[in-house]
Amino acid sequence: MTKQQANWSPYDNNGGSCVAIAGADYCVIAADTRMSTGYNILTREYSKICKLADKCVMASSGFQADVKALQKQLAARHLIYQHQHNKQMSCPAMAQLLSNTLYYKRFFPYYSFNVLGGLDNEGKGCVFTYDAVGSYEKVGYSSQGSGSTLITPFLDNQLKSPSPLLLPVQDAVTPLVEAEAIDLIKTVFASASERDIYTGDKLEIVVVNADGIRREYMELRKD
Amino acid sequence: MFRNQYDTDVTTWSPAGRLFQVEYAMEAVKQGSAAIGLRSKTHIVLGCVNKANSELSSHQKKIFKVDDHIGVAIAGLTADGRVLSRYMRNECINYGFTYESPLPVGRLVVQLADKAQVCTQRSWKRPYGVGLLVAGLDESGAHLYYNCPSGNYFEYQAFAIGSRSQAAKTYLERRFENFADSSRDDLVKDALMAIRETLQGETLKSSICTVAVVGVGEPFHILDQETVQQIIDAFEIVGEQEGPAAEPDAAAGQGAAAADQGGSTDEGVAPMDI
Repeated sequence: MTKQQANWSPYDNNGGSCVAIAGADYCVIAADTRMSTGYNILTREYSKICKLADKCVMASSGFQADVKALQKQLAARHLIYQHQHNKQMSCPAMAQLLSNTLYYKRFFPYYSFNVLGGLDNEGKGCVFTYDAVGSYEKVGYSSQGSGSTLITPFLDNQLKSPSPLLLPVQDAVTPLVEAEAIDLIKTVFASASERDIYTGDKLEIVVVNADGIRREYMELRKD
Repeated sequence: MFRNQYDTDVTTWSPAGRLFQVEYAMEAVKQGSAAIGLRSKTHIVLGCVNKANSELSSHQKKIFKVDDHIGVAIAGLTADGRVLSRYMRNECINYGFTYESPLPVGRLVVQLADKAQVCTQRSWKRPYGVGLLVAGLDESGAHLYYNCPSGNYFEYQAFAIGSRSQAAKTYLERRFENFADSSRDDLVKDALMAIRETLQGETLKSSICTVAVVGVGEPFHILDQETVQQIIDAFEIVGEQEGPAAEPDAAAGQGAAAADQGGSTDEGVAPMDI
């Protein structure tokens, strides 16, 4: 008698792509707004981006139910932090919290592929990229989700900085200005929408800088 | 109150049907420095007197934000108050997580009261020695509750607890009928005047009191010292004597250090807080 196999999965993949780019005094986080399951579209207007703190924004692709649960967890933990410390969490602090939260469910993971973006305590842009179980790294830019294989090589070509292992230590943040970074994001998503069926409909761009957080939208291919 | 043979245990009744330990706990509330609360239909103001142990130390934190729509002022054993605030914050966060809506104040005070009651019926526990003025907003408007160590709670239009609170209560009793329709600013003024009553002659300064407001469209927050001082100056006949070298008030950071060290940012003095 063969071992019984599960005939259902607790996970689903709702598709979508997320990108974040860090600049000298800004950070751009972007994601498409299409939510799919299998070959179907569930909705064209779903936001994958969540504001976790004043200067910290997260974009997640993968299984959106897990993403929502993860966002709620982080929001509740952030409230506790604010009560105890009387201030907002910094982006690096939130980055560590996210990593710990993900690893906490190491043996039944959040099916969530995250990029965290924001400003660090000195006002410099920072981006952190994660896998599903919390392994993370501070980088100058990152892409996750169904379109990441199409997006990352292009970002590498445009933004790649020397390895952080080399000395003297080079800055990972891009020398591009905010407007140029946003333009790059738009180009990248337009390209991804061409070939990735799960990416499209609308692009949501969130920009974090010293003035605060602002949101922008751009139409993408709807097929 | 005098010592008697029925007051050792909280689980011992007196022949007159009293639990003396619980009553002693309420005594602890009366010894704490004053806290007052008053409400209109849309706003609640909490105020308290800050007494520092010495000129060198910071003052105790007596007003806590529990959630955007709930705040609490305490009198009595402030350590007990801190622990209960943490409990309240936790309850609010958990309720918000589960129901994605704010915890109704009425529910929270019942939970708090039940928690207090447990301590009046366990031989290995003691009652909480703190009275809480809970200010909160819910769908039916603004509410002010008082939670006792006994496990009782009452809703009030205005109330004062702690030492010399009777003076404040008298002031509030005279004016409370007007509070329901008061504007937010008038409410804050009344709160400060009530605090002044408890000071019995001592000058009212923003450095010795803390004021917090919560209302419709206004999340709970503690007013910063500058704002409070401005309101005081507006209604005081005699101007404030902040005095150049007068008070080496370590915590207040008043005078030259104009850097907005409001009541809420006094948290820099970590030892007192969680």
